[in-house]
Amino acid sequence: MNARSFFFVLVAGLMSLGIFQTVQRHMALDIPWMPGETRIIWNIDAKIDFNANEGPVLASLTTPERQAGFTKISQNAASPGYGLSFIDDGETNKAEWTIREAKGKQTLYYNIQVLEDPKSLDQGILEMPELFEKEYEASNASAGSAIIKAALKTSADSFSFTREVLKQLNAEVANQNVALILTNKVSKTDLLIALLNEAKIPTKKVGALVLEDGRRRQHLTPLVEVFQEKDGVITSKLFDANSLGTVNRDNLLLWDQSGKALLELTGGSDSKVSFSMIQQEQPALSALLQKSENEHLFNFSIHSLPVEDQSLFKGILMIPLGVLIVVMMRVLVGLKTSGTFMPVLIAMAFIQTSLVTGLVGFILLVAVGLFIRSYLSHLNLLLVSRISTVIIMVILLIALFGVLSYKLGLTEGLKITFFPMIILSWTIERMSVLWEEEGAKEVMTQGGGSLLVAVLAYFVMSNDVTRHLMFNFIGLQFVVMSLVLLLGSYTGYRLLELRRFKPLADKE
Amino acid sequence: MFFSSPFKLKSKGIMGMNQRNSGYIGRYNPRKLYPLVDNKLKTKIIAREANVTTPALLGVISMQAEVEQVETYIKDTPGFVIKPAKGSGGKGILVITKVENGRYYKPNGDEESLAEIKRHVTDILAGLFSLGGSADVAVVEGLIQFDDAFDGFSFEGVPDVRVIVFKGFPVMAMMRLSTAASDGKANLHQGAVGVGIDITSGKAINAVQFDKPVKFHPDTNKELALLEVPRWERLIYLASSCYEMSGMGYLGTDMVLDRDLGPMLLELNARPGLAIQIANGQGILPRLKLIESLGNDHGMSVEERIEFCKKHFSDQSN
Repeated sequence: MNARSFFFVLVAGLMSLGIFQTVQRHMALDIPWMPGETRIIWNIDAKIDFNANEGPVLASLTTPERQAGFTKISQNAASPGYGLSFIDDGETNKAEWTIREAKGKQTLYYNIQVLEDPKSLDQGILEMPELFEKEYEASNASAGSAIIKAALKTSADSFSFTREVLKQLNAEVANQNVALILTNKVSKTDLLIALLNEAKIPTKKVGALVLEDGRRRQHLTPLVEVFQEKDGVITSKLFDANSLGTVNRDNLLLWDQSGKALLELTGGSDSKVSFSMIQQEQPALSALLQKSENEHLFNFSIHSLPVEDQSLFKGILMIPLGVLIVVMMRVLVGLKTSGTFMPVLIAMAFIQTSLVTGLVGFILLVAVGLFIRSYLSHLNLLLVSRISTVIIMVILLIALFGVLSYKLGLTEGLKITFFPMIILSWTIERMSVLWEEEGAKEVMTQGGGSLLVAVLAYFVMSNDVTRHLMFNFIGLQFVVMSLVLLLGSYTGYRLLELRRFKPLADKE
Repeated sequence: MFFSSPFKLKSKGIMGMNQRNSGYIGRYNPRKLYPLVDNKLKTKIIAREANVTTPALLGVISMQAEVEQVETYIKDTPGFVIKPAKGSGGKGILVITKVENGRYYKPNGDEESLAEIKRHVTDILAGLFSLGGSADVAVVEGLIQFDDAFDGFSFEGVPDVRVIVFKGFPVMAMMRLSTAASDGKANLHQGAVGVGIDITSGKAINAVQFDKPVKFHPDTNKELALLEVPRWERLIYLASSCYEMSGMGYLGTDMVLDRDLGPMLLELNARPGLAIQIANGQGILPRLKLIESLGNDHGMSVEERIEFCKKHFSDQSN
């Protein structure tokens, strides 16, 4: 393979690596392409009220597990005087409050934040819940078996069986057997579970919370999870005893999947759990970052650095874009700049100062600097000390401008301090020599070129979209690198050369 | 139209900056040889070894402490030039054409005090004019007594001849005439007049100032078409032999004509500019391509190479 084709393979490799990493990051971690996209976070409070009977109290509340559509971001609890621990025993998550002695009315709060997250999936079901004997009155046993018998005839599997049972339970004109059972003080949900168990279909009672912004004092809606094993794979569906089909899980947070009680309380009575919730919109990125704290998804990225260093990188990662602009302006357009990458440094200063302040400040500083430097040139100083003098002078000028603008009520002027002083001094020195040697025109050409490129670089580097993209998709650095490499092999004419050689081209 | 079409430029064989940088300078000029060319003192030394005439070396100042001695080098001369060894683009060159009673005069008649000359040397030593700002040495050279043949063609400055030597072949030449606008300097972008010179005869073929065609010298009104470089054979021979001397494949040689000593090498340039094409009114690429097509094993001597160029690049043949 010759050097040239190797070069293009390298460029193509870098570019596709960059694009792949970028797309992969977007797909896998769900980082949005555009800044300002928002995600919904549900902030839910569970409030537990009970009466303590003068003694030790242990209250344990089942909390939501991993499930499709939602990701837990954070949880905490407010409970003065109580010991608190979050327990995950492998089956159920719990928040457990304990206290040695409590008396009278107690209120405990549990707060959880969940992110609406289409990427999140249910935990796999490893084994069927056990069947259990649900006693219901003997007189109803035959009615129950009749319902089961009817449903069995018209069904194929557990799910269709459940639907058939539900049809009978919710029929507009209740049949005799149903009417017989429902007169008893049993909820439809419990009845459904009892019937399904009777038919040897494993079930679990699930408490679901209907999410709606601003709702208070909500209670869990009881649902029935029906399991079925087919080809060794266990699947489950959720049913609501008061409707016919499976449950639509949008806006449903399955809070209690323990199959047991939502709240276990010892040492108290009259317990009551109620929920209130609010919906919050958060920038997608910060929502994802909060999520990552739990999942360590971002571990191998800049996001794992401390925030202070991150903001430093936010600036550094923009430099390649500025460099790209400089390369484009020099290679494609042919603009002259004083110092190759000076425009990038000036652009970075502009980002700190804002454009207009920066431009005015820069031109003022260089102009006044050149003026004073022209006096220095009469003193016959050695170069190093002359430049050092210019540095000190620039610092004094910056201080002067700062104070002046502050006194005039222009706080913007204070930002002028962000200019890289050594570079500014060198610029003044070089410009001054340039002025002496080649005249003011060349100073304007090069200084103007530098400023023009700096302004362009500023717009690219300070743009919200580019900042978002460069910071979140490190792969774009490779894309920029490949572009710079490509530009390095461009041997065509520069735009300004088309002008320069025009008399030559038009000859004859 | 403000811009011309790139296809038109291409069809005329005009070389652009990017192509020069990557296709010729980058490919034919070995990086390690740059110091030889970029350092005028080193160039002078290898030129002497190769029997290529150069302006007289009056002295070299390499340390700040020696700056005071500058007077001893320049006191008894009719005129002199102080230049940085590593300067580029004509930066930092101080020309004194007249020394009278310890007073020094620039070509335009302005007086330069000894203190100013010393400061200039100091600036050179500190690297103000050198590439990348590295420390430098100041070279003091004798003034060239330029040939009477150029009377009226140049204003307040030494006219020089730039010959582009590609792989030892003199492919294109131009004469650079200083003007009032260029302040006695011979750089085209500063306003010097560029006159394309026919490789075969040494006669003017075309002239431009600020990239625009001109017929007469703007200060002296002399008709530029009359320009003819004397001792052209010798000059082009010296220029071509700079290839062997320096090892650079794509080279700009700056030659001057001294009244008494004839053609001599002023300096070499590893990054010659593109204005020579405008001065000649022709693109340089067809010539470079022709020489590239010869391959590396043509085994031609300097004379044969010159003959080859005269045959193919003559103005008459176009």
